[in-house]
Amino acid sequence: MSDAGASFSELDARERAHALLDARSFRELLDPFERVESPHLPPQGIVPQSDDGVVVARGRIDGVEAVVLSIEGNYQGGSIGEVNGAKIAGTLELALRDAKRGRIVRPVLVLDTGGIRLQEANLGILAISDMHAAIVSLRECVPVVGIVAGRIGCFGGMGIAAGLCSTLIGTEIGRLGLNGPEVIEQEAGSAELDARDRPRIWSTIGCRRRREQGLIEVFVEDDAIAISAAMRAAFREPAKTFRSRDIDASRARIAAYALPPTGAAR
Amino acid sequence: MNRGLAWLRALADGSEGGNGTVRAADVSWDDERARLVCVVPDAQARFPRARAGQVGVEEGWKIAAAIRAAVDADAIDATRGVQPRAIIALVDVPGQAFGYHEEALGLHESLAAAADAYASARLAGHPVVALIVGKAISGAFLAHGLQAGALIALDDAGIEVHVMSQASVARVTRRSEEEVAALANVVPATARDVHAFAQLGALARLLGVENADVPTADDVRKARSLLLQTLRDLRACERGPADRLGNEAAGRTRAMSIRVRQLLEAQWDAPA
Amino acid sequence: METLEFARPAGLRAPPRRVHVGVVASGNLEVLLEPATAAQSQITVRTSADGFGERWRAVIDRFFARHDVAVRIAINDFGAAPPTVLLRLEQAIEAAFA
Repeated sequence: MSDAGASFSELDARERAHALLDARSFRELLDPFERVESPHLPPQGIVPQSDDGVVVARGRIDGVEAVVLSIEGNYQGGSIGEVNGAKIAGTLELALRDAKRGRIVRPVLVLDTGGIRLQEANLGILAISDMHAAIVSLRECVPVVGIVAGRIGCFGGMGIAAGLCSTLIGTEIGRLGLNGPEVIEQEAGSAELDARDRPRIWSTIGCRRRREQGLIEVFVEDDAIAISAAMRAAFREPAKTFRSRDIDASRARIAAYALPPTGAAR
Repeated sequence: MNRGLAWLRALADGSEGGNGTVRAADVSWDDERARLVCVVPDAQARFPRARAGQVGVEEGWKIAAAIRAAVDADAIDATRGVQPRAIIALVDVPGQAFGYHEEALGLHESLAAAADAYASARLAGHPVVALIVGKAISGAFLAHGLQAGALIALDDAGIEVHVMSQASVARVTRRSEEEVAALANVVPATARDVHAFAQLGALARLLGVENADVPTADDVRKARSLLLQTLRDLRACERGPADRLGNEAAGRTRAMSIRVRQLLEAQWDAPA
Repeated sequence: METLEFARPAGLRAPPRRVHVGVVASGNLEVLLEPATAAQSQITVRTSADGFGERWRAVIDRFFARHDVAVRIAINDFGAAPPTVLLRLEQAIEAAFA
């Protein structure tokens, strides 16, 4: 069980869900003993995890019904395949169903993920598109709160999911973008971005920078109590607008950006 | 060779849809109006890593702007009884832009803006259809196409649907390209061709054409007819991405996606 | 990936609860531990590292020498060293009887 006030990033996915929900309200769906695993990994010689790397935890947040979707970044880089993708999308769809019936369930996404699981490819992308659809609908009824506070960061199709969330909370540990540094280096070369240059990476896509840019709403220390408090505030005081609809300001910001003449990275 | 522009011109009677990397053209077919949206290569694009048809940091917001303009205009006209026009994504995107500046500027939020615009249009009663005419890759496809209520693809060997190039997958997973290709026999979801994608139940229809690169008059007639039928079906019965699970193919190839949802629903409320 | 099955005569005490510990991270493992349903303790190991059957047997022998229990154990392993495996098993059995 987590030690309240401990580093949030060092907790595993289940411990993080415990830390966020009201005390003693945690109830896991599709828990490890149900062994709802990926059928696609063993044929590829990859050992499955019994919860496929996502914890679905019902509970309460400040007394209101809630559900925390906590991605285990340490399992296959938090990558999204068919089963764990369905856990996330299916949960958001149920929260939406309830919201339309006047029953609010507060959704929280703990985003520690590199994006689509390559070994499940198009099943992953379809699951993530289901998530995007659910978030756009659900956030009209209740804030969809995302937390980017883990070692893996939040990238790929899940970076897009973060972009759709009503409120994003980040810490100095977290990074948020579309393509991770290793992918940029691989596709565009190390002159474009050296994936080992940690200061440059964090100063470009780290959550502190993202807060400066307004691409996340809240920046807090890597502390379970602080993150939980920020999450609770996000539900009490919902955002008035959605980042993903801020078209004019975003286009102006991009137009004003000083690209080097050759477009080179430096 | 990017097919998006060729199909845009063909379907929009020669219109180029403006200029730049994101094109939009309005059409009237029978009693239906539609805005066609397309991402195309542009050697003059400001960001060098988004000149070959990729969805980069400008493109996501431009797509969002093109769709929002149509939605907002139709919302005003709704009081006169005008039905919301269809939004048709013409998809040939080799992927997202890969670059330092793109990430610095929040490429993920740009793609979210596009996905949001398509999803919101769909929710506002606009039939949203995606016609895959070439590549539909990864984040670019999530932003431009996958939020449609219905996906259609050309039945053509030039269609590719996947999440990362084969060479890159090989590097990242430390296997040879042959091993990666062979994986498609073990896990069909890792295959890249249009038939494998159809097997996942994600496509409403496959459209056979004579020339996918330079559509013939007959190809255009068939495509227009299929698009009309599809968007009329969507007006009659609104569909979203999760409805792609309801067909027979998905019942076989996405069985766990369905099973997980059943289990979640059964366990959603605490036992009495 | 290799799947290994082991059985031992069921020990004296069956735990009052089932316990899950760990994560299938590189160099790590998850353990699902439950009371035995048969006259035997059953252990199933799925491991990413092939060819270590004897090592697993030794670890399991050591565990049951210390704990006179009747359990079903499932292990999903991603290349953990024997001390890590024993640590997880110890964590699991302690929590199961806590």
